[in-house]
Amino acid sequence: MNVDVAVIGGGPAGLAAAVAARQAGAGRVLIIERDVRPGGVLPQCIHTGFGVKWFGEELTGPEYAGRFVKQAADAGAESMLETMVLEITRDLRVVAVSPRDGLVMVECGAIVLAMGCRERPRGALAIPGTRPAGIFTAGTAQRLVNIEGVVPGRRAVILGSGDVGLIMARRLTLEGVKVEAVVEIMSYAGGLARNIQQCLRDFDIPLYLGHTISRIHGRDRLEGVSVAPVDDARVPIAEKEWFIPCDTLLLSVGLIPENELSAACGIELDPATGGPIVTDEMETSVPGIFACGNVVHVHDLVDHVTEDGMVAGEAAAAAAASAAATAGATAVTTAAAGAMAGAEGGARAKGGAGAGTRTTTMTGTGAGARPAHYSGRAGVPAGEGNGDGTSRISGTRTLGEIRPGSNVRYVVPQRFVQGGERGGGGRTLTISLRPSEPAENVVVEVSAAGKVLRRQRKERVRPGEMLQVSVDRRTLPSGDGVVTVSIVSR
Amino acid sequence: MPTKTMHADLAIIGAGVVGAAVARELARYDLRVVLLEREVEAAFGTSKANSGVVHAGFHSTPGTLKASLCVEGNAMFDDIAEELAVPFRRNGLLMVAMSADEVGVLREHFEQGWRNRVPGLRLLDADEARRLEPGLAPEVVAALYAPTGGVVCPYQLTFALVENAVANGVAFMAGSPVTSIHLRDGRIAAVETPDTIIEAAWVVNAAGLFADRIAAMAGDESFEIRPRKGEEYLLDRRVGGLVRSTIFPVPTAVSKGILVIPTVDGNIMVGPTAEDTHDRLDFATTRAGFEAVFAAARRMVPSVSPRDIIASFAGLRAASSEDDFIIRPSRVVRGLVHAAGIESPGLTAAPAIARMVVEILREEGLVEMRARRAFNPVRQAPVRFAHLSRAEQASLIEMDPAFGRIVCRCETVTEAEVVDAIRRGARTVDGVKLRTRAGMGRCQGGFCMPRVMKIISRELGIPVEQVTKRGGGSVISPYPAKALLSESGWEAEAESGPGPKSEPGADPRAGDVVGAERATPHREGPRVEGVVARGAAVRAEGDVGVRGDVGAGFGARSASGR
Repeated sequence: MNVDVAVIGGGPAGLAAAVAARQAGAGRVLIIERDVRPGGVLPQCIHTGFGVKWFGEELTGPEYAGRFVKQAADAGAESMLETMVLEITRDLRVVAVSPRDGLVMVECGAIVLAMGCRERPRGALAIPGTRPAGIFTAGTAQRLVNIEGVVPGRRAVILGSGDVGLIMARRLTLEGVKVEAVVEIMSYAGGLARNIQQCLRDFDIPLYLGHTISRIHGRDRLEGVSVAPVDDARVPIAEKEWFIPCDTLLLSVGLIPENELSAACGIELDPATGGPIVTDEMETSVPGIFACGNVVHVHDLVDHVTEDGMVAGEAAAAAAASAAATAGATAVTTAAAGAMAGAEGGARAKGGAGAGTRTTTMTGTGAGARPAHYSGRAGVPAGEGNGDGTSRISGTRTLGEIRPGSNVRYVVPQRFVQGGERGGGGRTLTISLRPSEPAENVVVEVSAAGKVLRRQRKERVRPGEMLQVSVDRRTLPSGDGVVTVSIVSR
Repeated sequence: MPTKTMHADLAIIGAGVVGAAVARELARYDLRVVLLEREVEAAFGTSKANSGVVHAGFHSTPGTLKASLCVEGNAMFDDIAEELAVPFRRNGLLMVAMSADEVGVLREHFEQGWRNRVPGLRLLDADEARRLEPGLAPEVVAALYAPTGGVVCPYQLTFALVENAVANGVAFMAGSPVTSIHLRDGRIAAVETPDTIIEAAWVVNAAGLFADRIAAMAGDESFEIRPRKGEEYLLDRRVGGLVRSTIFPVPTAVSKGILVIPTVDGNIMVGPTAEDTHDRLDFATTRAGFEAVFAAARRMVPSVSPRDIIASFAGLRAASSEDDFIIRPSRVVRGLVHAAGIESPGLTAAPAIARMVVEILREEGLVEMRARRAFNPVRQAPVRFAHLSRAEQASLIEMDPAFGRIVCRCETVTEAEVVDAIRRGARTVDGVKLRTRAGMGRCQGGFCMPRVMKIISRELGIPVEQVTKRGGGSVISPYPAKALLSESGWEAEAESGPGPKSEPGADPRAGDVVGAERATPHREGPRVEGVVARGAAVRAEGDVGVRGDVGAGFGARSASGR
């Protein structure tokens, strides 16, 4: 099958990317979604708080997803549901499986990664004690309660104060579960301030900051947890430990961008975000592959995810158009080279919907079978990183770098296209960032070569809340210039 | 009180690796054999938590059963692994010396191995050792290399032995703890479980941690099980290439020490600790154990890091009051044969222990040990979709669309594999995990657990609320939605149900939030209609394969937890 833009993941990021790609003129845009329904995690997020920024009103998760599902359909995006992507290649092919279509290979003009993120599991924490039933990540519990219609227990403790955990503290309370405590190892809460108020304080659920769970008790089913304050090295202080009886423990201890597919195809990842290093057009280090949403870095608000998706979708459409234009001159070669793609494309053209996509052989995956247009641009071989300044969109360009400075854990994007007029922000470049530590009365400062480009005052910053700062592109340095974003006291 | 009676020639108590191996060995003969297991599935005791190391045999004192059965069992693994389609790899064992003193210990073990007839042992100098294993610490001064050492998956082996035994006529009864043993005229007459009396004249005691209690039920108090706990830590497959051989320190008085093990599945496992315990159900990991394991492992292989842990667990070795394996007919009761006190190298020795038990039964006079003509040693291999070529994957989905439905994303496990595991005997989420690896990857089941629960519920015909993690009281999500509301008293509290303390309207979000939650139907799940023309439409409730990762809009990454 041939498409102009393939979007991996049909959550809010992918839906937005598909809408934007179609609006920007991409011909065939295909969303590949592993669930039986689009929306990503939103269908299980039945609380409100979504869309305040994007739609100017407060929606539930299913409502927010529903609007974008409709937009994507209206825009003419296609989708394959219940389809899991197994592999993405540097020459822009996607291998996926579904019960309906079998093993499918898609040849793409551009790819948008929108796989989202996953929860950090108990195993990674190595909490001492037993391994009974009754321990869940908060999102898994959310799915059990909101989608499967089963409630995991009667008395719960929540470890970690990430937003999903906070939401679930309230959600379980509303299901008649007694939530005994939320325990957070850091001295500050991980989630949004509004969730601390609305999900914990409003329901009298205690939040223990600077505490952790020091031991898990119970043989078959969880019987309780030991909770203790931690010292400066975050080691529990045994003498101050106490026991909370409970049959359920939820973990809300971090989200991890889901980048196994990205890593396997050699996309450069940022250890600070866990996601691909991207340009301001959301292009990754592999030309023609873009990324948006939580696969890039974990966002607090779906509205920002949508914004990311829009930028990535538009840029991917441009990349696909540029690839197609080059390919026009070599169309014959393309058809001949992509043996399988050609055969499949033919079947599709005759309108063979289901059967046409069913693949019987998986030949032609070698590099030699790469359609000619994939390497036909500006003398730059496909599959080379953009670290040296190549980009899918317009061949060779120069990329500047954006780095985190003092008290900044990460910045996104990490690269910007110099002299680029395109991109989501037009003349301005918007940088997302997260502080390393909470601070008050600070200035977010963007600087380059000792010159301050932008200063933005903040009363308080917290790692749990993403910040954005915008700079005028005309002020950005050229050449090897590096832009640094810092949080400094006022 | 038992309501059923069965007649058998022989009952094996315990479906760990030893009991399972005995069952399969006895399946070669024309006998009615019953294999009893107290847990809901095979391998759910000590075997599940085994390190998976197939030992070479240089650790054990010459002349002991441990020494001879280890070397004999090791040599049997290639055939067994092939017949039973169990992953097994001879990756070699490397015992490293970190000081000149320890070099002497290596020499003693080289000598001991030679006397135990361990093939291919070599003493390596520091350079040779590092050429073999570049990840070794610079402090390693010499090593003893045993090329016959290997790794196997201990529970896969046990499941496969049971399956093959059952395919050859053995009756497997899980969830059947033995409650008493009936004697008649000084010999075994029957074995009793909560619902069945199995009349049999012969019993093989392979009851692991409870072998002494089983013996005592028959009036034999000749030994005592003294459990020794071991904690293990499993690392992400990303660092699976840290070492290729299994790395041993020089041993301590009580154990072979803490090892760095490249598992047959491609992970690195570090452990086990060795701590005597009186509690036969003490499966807790501890902070001390964690620290001991990583200190010891990092001393030999410095790049082992607790940052890469994806799972940790503890198991109990069924060590005994005797120094050696206890494989002998009871001296008190006729018809009872013990295969007890099985600690390391019990997994390696298991196939040889099974042979020895059968020899003892023959010598003791178990009559009618005629070979079963139809015995088929081959077990049909379960499909591992992730390991197949794209062409093979494509044709499998053609055959059965359930191969196209990925249930576990981390390990690429399909619905068809989960269904097959249940047909092979999995009854629990852990059972499916151990058989298929669904839930064993880096997300540890966060994604697939609800899906696996639904498949188990569907295949076994039980409500999803009754699905357990590993049987017994380990039910996972026991209450239907809203079941707890009435008992929490909230239904009576207000018509409108529970609400936040804030005045509705004080913060416009607060009221909305709660209102929205109450207004949304739960059973059905929120509905979002399909995007466009192609692709499956929204599927009916009860279908498997619904997903829910945690994504946009609600999750700052927090650095919390430990």
